[in-house]
Amino acid sequence: MLLDFEQPIAALEGKLQDMKQLATDSQVDVSEAVKALEEKIKNLKKETYANLTRWQRVQLSRHPERPYTLDYIHGITDKFIELHGDRTVGDDNAMVGGFGEVDGRSIMFIGQQKGRNTKQRQMRNFGMANPEGYRKALRLMKMAEKFNKPIVTLIDTPGAFPGLEAEERGQGEAIARNLKEMFMLKVPVICIIIGEGASGGALGIAIGDRVMMLENTWYSVISPESCSSILWRSWNYKEQAAEALKLTARDMLQQQLIDGIIKEPLGGAHTEPEKMMHSLKKKIIKLLDELESVDARERIMQRIDKFSNMGVVLES
Amino acid sequence: MPWFKRVEKGIHTPTEEKKETPDGLWYKCPDCKTVTSMVEHRKNLSTCVKCNYHDRIGSREYFAILFDDNQFTELDADLVSGDPLNFTDTKPYPQRIAATQKATGLKDAVRSAYGTMNGQPITISCMDFSFIGGSMGSVVGEKIARAIDHARETRTPFLMISKSGGARMMEAGFSLMQMAKTAARLALLAEDKLPYISLLTDPTTGGVTASYAMLGDFNIAEPGALIGFAGPRVIKETIGKDLPKGFQSAEFVLEHGFLDFIVDRKELKQQLSDLLAMLRPESDGKDNLKSKNGKAAKVS
Ligand SMILES: [Zn+2]
Repeated sequence: MLLDFEQPIAALEGKLQDMKQLATDSQVDVSEAVKALEEKIKNLKKETYANLTRWQRVQLSRHPERPYTLDYIHGITDKFIELHGDRTVGDDNAMVGGFGEVDGRSIMFIGQQKGRNTKQRQMRNFGMANPEGYRKALRLMKMAEKFNKPIVTLIDTPGAFPGLEAEERGQGEAIARNLKEMFMLKVPVICIIIGEGASGGALGIAIGDRVMMLENTWYSVISPESCSSILWRSWNYKEQAAEALKLTARDMLQQQLIDGIIKEPLGGAHTEPEKMMHSLKKKIIKLLDELESVDARERIMQRIDKFSNMGVVLES
Repeated sequence: MPWFKRVEKGIHTPTEEKKETPDGLWYKCPDCKTVTSMVEHRKNLSTCVKCNYHDRIGSREYFAILFDDNQFTELDADLVSGDPLNFTDTKPYPQRIAATQKATGLKDAVRSAYGTMNGQPITISCMDFSFIGGSMGSVVGEKIARAIDHARETRTPFLMISKSGGARMMEAGFSLMQMAKTAARLALLAEDKLPYISLLTDPTTGGVTASYAMLGDFNIAEPGALIGFAGPRVIKETIGKDLPKGFQSAEFVLEHGFLDFIVDRKELKQQLSDLLAMLRPESDGKDNLKSKNGKAAKVS
């Protein structure tokens, strides 16, 4: 699948393929032309991805070929054992988690999981967790704390599920409890937005010592579409809403609401997933080294102070 | 220092503020359509004399109901909203704020104060739905955080009265992080073992439900209050069906185990006082049971 702004690049890439094929078939030396075209593609990519609008970034964050939570976990770990269930109601397939081993280090990985085809998407509920998902996440975090293992959460959700049963089982309470409990976890917590970071459903697993965003992701209090429907009373203002919300990684860093941005390969994480996995792994290891050198209580207080400083108020 | 102060028992009826001018002479209950005089409606704490429908009220009324003789000291009364994102939808955010301030006489959607309730010191934050739907922006989060700090510093119980449609979209990411900020302070309040009572009133939804409103040692609500995470309209669209009667009402939430009890506004002050009285620490010099057990454990 191609997004609008991916099409001109794909067209040139197709041309490049044809040219190379022609060269093999006819034994004609086209190396100069190939070089020139490759250069042209590189420049077009650079220009395109440097100038994406906020709405285009949102589209990229939802690209159907983008790596999802389990792709990253399997890409980063040498071994991974998935753990299921909240021990109360059931197992939420929209929220996954388990212990993984990274260069000899055990880490608890937790994240929302999206599906890649229709069947999977339904099974994963489009990455929208129910209360059991948040409670499973908390159970796993507490277990990591018990065994003194660090926690990495990967956030990719269009929101917590707004369903009937979700309300009956206390969606609000489940998220609220996670926020409070995550502040007091004695182990290092790293949170990384890998796709969509929509509202409380994202925040419910995003209280950490380091909150990072991949370059082409978004994180805000509401999706541009819902914002458009509420404030403009129409679904047609999603581009304006995305601009107004200032929801990209760069925006969020500027607002000091996240701690850093992890660069993606040119064209997005899906164009070179292996490269993306590699830099994500390197970043996680570096951050864990930093965080593990801090005393647990000190780390908790720094976590609290960081979030306490968020917001803009005036004393009139 | 104990947070509980023993006091003489006494029922205080809230005093009306004298500057208050009634909007009309008569009140018509939206539920049972009974008409009463506004004076009588107010005297009944804005609950219907016939069907007990709890009319929405704001911080001014709740403070008058709960603080003894309506005496209290307001905290951070001058905190106002910035416009960090230069947010404009159908009108610029600062214009919206200014217009709302003028219409309501409020600075933002929450007010905090401390005083005594039946003689017992208490810190209260109370939301105002009339201010942009009680939406939570930086001012709301910061004022609640500071009120919790005040409760911790003075070792008083904290009461939060929620009434909100959820996040303030015009503050986008900043609004979202107020959920985190308030939860962090409540974690510290819990560590200090100070009581936190969360009173959910009509309506309490969205990010407010998913943060401080659901984090009370005691989550209590007024009868009939709408309480939920997602709004009824969104849920209806998701499931494509009409919602069952009473869905997301306080009674529904109680039935599903997320509230400790529902309290009639007319009994709120006494109920809160009685509850807090039961939490008072045991008096000094009577906790030698613990040390005895400790010794016994060592011997065996
Ligand atoms: Zn009535």
